[in-house]
Amino acid sequence: MDGDHRTAGAPGDDLVVTGVSKRFGGVPALSQVSVTIKAGTVHALIGENGAGKSTLGKIISGVIEPDEGSVVLGGAPLHMRSPREAMAHGIVTIAQELAIVPSLSVAENVYLGAEVATGGFVRRREARRRFRELAQRVGFDLQPDVPAGALSTADKQKVEIMRALSRNASFVVMDEPSAALSSHETAALHHIIRSLTAQGTAVILISHFLSEVLSLSDTITTLRDGHLIRTVEASGATEDSLIEGMLGRSLSAAFPDKTPAPPDAPVVLDVSHLCAPKVEDCSFVLHCGEILGIAGLVGAGRSELARAILRDARSSAGSVRLDGQELAGHSPRRAIRRGLVLIPESRKEMGLLMGRSVRENISLSRLDLVSRAGWVARLRERREVAALMSKTTVKAADMGLPATMLSGGNQQKLLFARSVMCAPTVLIADEPTRGVDVGSKRAIYDLLVQMAQDGMGIIVISSELEEVLGLAHRVLVMRHGRISAELTGPDMTEGAVLAAAFAETSAS
Amino acid sequence: MTRHTMSNVAPPTDLEAVASGTRASRLMQSWRMAGIFIPFLILFIVLSITSSAFLHTANLINILDQQASTLCIAAAGTLVLVAGGIDLSVGSTYALAGVTAGQIGQHHSIFIAIAVALAIGLLVGLVNGVVVTVFKISPLITTLAMSYVIEGLALKITAGNLILTGNIPGFTTFATATFLSVPSAVWMTAVFVVVLALLLSRTTFGRYVVAAGGNAEAARLAGVRVGGIKITTFVLSGLAAALGGVIDASRLGSILANSGGAGLSFTVLAGIVVGGTSIAGGEGSGWRTAIGVLFIALIGNGFDLLGVDPNWQQIVLGLILLVAVGLDMWTRRARR
Ligand SMILES: Nc1ncnc2c1ncn2[C@@H]1O[C@H](COP(=O)(O)OP(=O)(O)OP(=O)(O)O)[C@@H](O)[C@H]1O
Ligand SMILES: [Mg+2]
Repeated sequence: MDGDHRTAGAPGDDLVVTGVSKRFGGVPALSQVSVTIKAGTVHALIGENGAGKSTLGKIISGVIEPDEGSVVLGGAPLHMRSPREAMAHGIVTIAQELAIVPSLSVAENVYLGAEVATGGFVRRREARRRFRELAQRVGFDLQPDVPAGALSTADKQKVEIMRALSRNASFVVMDEPSAALSSHETAALHHIIRSLTAQGTAVILISHFLSEVLSLSDTITTLRDGHLIRTVEASGATEDSLIEGMLGRSLSAAFPDKTPAPPDAPVVLDVSHLCAPKVEDCSFVLHCGEILGIAGLVGAGRSELARAILRDARSSAGSVRLDGQELAGHSPRRAIRRGLVLIPESRKEMGLLMGRSVRENISLSRLDLVSRAGWVARLRERREVAALMSKTTVKAADMGLPATMLSGGNQQKLLFARSVMCAPTVLIADEPTRGVDVGSKRAIYDLLVQMAQDGMGIIVISSELEEVLGLAHRVLVMRHGRISAELTGPDMTEGAVLAAAFAETSAS
Repeated sequence: MTRHTMSNVAPPTDLEAVASGTRASRLMQSWRMAGIFIPFLILFIVLSITSSAFLHTANLINILDQQASTLCIAAAGTLVLVAGGIDLSVGSTYALAGVTAGQIGQHHSIFIAIAVALAIGLLVGLVNGVVVTVFKISPLITTLAMSYVIEGLALKITAGNLILTGNIPGFTTFATATFLSVPSAVWMTAVFVVVLALLLSRTTFGRYVVAAGGNAEAARLAGVRVGGIKITTFVLSGLAAALGGVIDASRLGSILANSGGAGLSFTVLAGIVVGGTSIAGGEGSGWRTAIGVLFIALIGNGFDLLGVDPNWQQIVLGLILLVAVGLDMWTRRARR
């Protein structure tokens, strides 16, 4: 397929969304939303989790059809029944929930649906050449031939971005493209977005990072509960005004006050000389009531360290002592029973049962709490789950809804609710707020701080530097599988973390 | 532009209304929920009207009696499928258990005969489960291979001869003794099916089965013993196959090393799938499996009663299977 087959719209035409509404079952996800996306601009969509941003993005890119209203390009309403048809109009999308075929190679995934082929035969060498060119242009370091399933979440995100870019679109919908990227990859992405607009492509950017939104976009549309609140010029907006529009109230601060653990707090987790694939000789302690941040580049081994602490790495040496006792065994189950809980980095692949209900997803780890002799007490389960949902601000019309039907941020909160139910002594949260809106982020932060004050030890792994610095009492920086720096108190600065994360390796 | 307040959250709607979207997706949803019940009811009513012989207690009990073994095996097979596995060895396990019970029953008490037969089923299931989870060989291949091994063993034991069980005192009574004029085979099956269906829908074990089949890695990280759960489903399946074999050996008075076989394995699978359980794992229900099996049985019974060419049965069954699997795929895709 190529761009010349457009049936409507010429380069330079604006994309006009008029009065679209979408209901899922009885629940409205979008009501009468109208926006105009000018060619060659960055148009941001912001709003709380479940506000309808992805739904609007999906309507624009033909993934779902609106119940009412239409999408107009160059004066002609588009009738798109599939992403493929949208692509023919020059509209492509990068989905929030990654759509990667794990068994296909990286290059095959990038050209999926638009294979480089002659007469039905895929021209592999040509595809690889184009892939290299594209990778160079966008500055991503990806091998074309490895199976995409083996990639980290961030690399999968890059594959999605490359897929969209390979289609030479005039409108690109990016649904939280930077959620899984580290800071320098995010910088690369921003560069790409700017160069796209310079070439006349419009980018519809959905993001929860308001600084990103403010620095990149020309126009910002705020949605709340499916309604359009306002569309403003980015130059006239501030973070506070955007938050006010999203939440309907202002947020005093992004982070709660820090209350560091007393210096004599007992050690709850003692990791010494831990080695595992991608983890080399890591040692540190965690105290009761302490929030320990782990920063580093994507691929520095942070998630692998988390898995190794859980004793879930295939081969690992060293010791992990929880409450003074060696954590034996090799299963997450053992760790959970001992009070060590992990929120994994990828909610779709490692966290949720996507087809199952909110209720089942939340109670999965601690069904024993809501059952007697193996028999699930449904009423007790409902009550318990409802309490956890409000505690972690999960927004779902019904706890019987399957996880797929929740917005991305709310899916993330399900994992949080599940781990709160485990009442752990140590919680390792790997990217705990990926895709979560500012208001709910604050709710999760408050919850983390509260749990720490109650004596829990918490490890926060995050690619968001602000999050690590804003929450943690102490920060470890990882590089190439090793802990390259430990920062406390006034040393915890963005500069110090970046220096430790990037520093050239002299030895090793 | 519409103004509105934060309190304007969607009112709590009834689950099904929310879960369903467009009219088409609501239709699909109800296929999952009510699933096979509606076609079953329609077929039942049609047969009651068109055939005078159909709606007689004797005919209905006879259908249940004939389907007893299939119902037991399919009830357990549902758990295997939901946990993300598949068991193609049930047909031969059924035969091996049947002939073993018959052989041992010639010389020993029928208690020992039945106990050994069930133990064999359990063992087969254990081997299946361990090979699948520990050696990570696909369940399709594992159980296919096992089915040859088991059938070979059964042939070896019987030297290919018909094993007569009708002459063993007490053995026939096992499945044919009647209580309230319903044979014990039907009673046992009813208990077995209800227990397994409740196990899947209402217990923690059932939740873990669903989790293991829905997303094994997520389940493992959430603290579910995925391996153990999968092995347990295979053990239950083996046990059910053996029970089915013993019931039929007792009911029919004779059994062969190659009764059951692939034919039975596929009939069981067909019943489960027609019942709406997904072959991809992660969802399913024991109740619907029972109805699915009976639905297929009704088609056979109805065709017999109406004197339709039996070849049509095969064709119709095949088409129904395609529709069932097609609907499953459709609902899955629609949810993406
Ligand atoms: N397939 C679906 N079926 C039913 N409801 C859905 C479906 N997809 C989305 N919804 C509902 O529609 C609403 C809007 O969802 P949407 O994904 O657009 O939110 P969002 O603004 O992208 O949120 P987030 O920031 O969390 O990604 C939510 O309440 C969600 O639960
Ligand atoms: Mg979204």
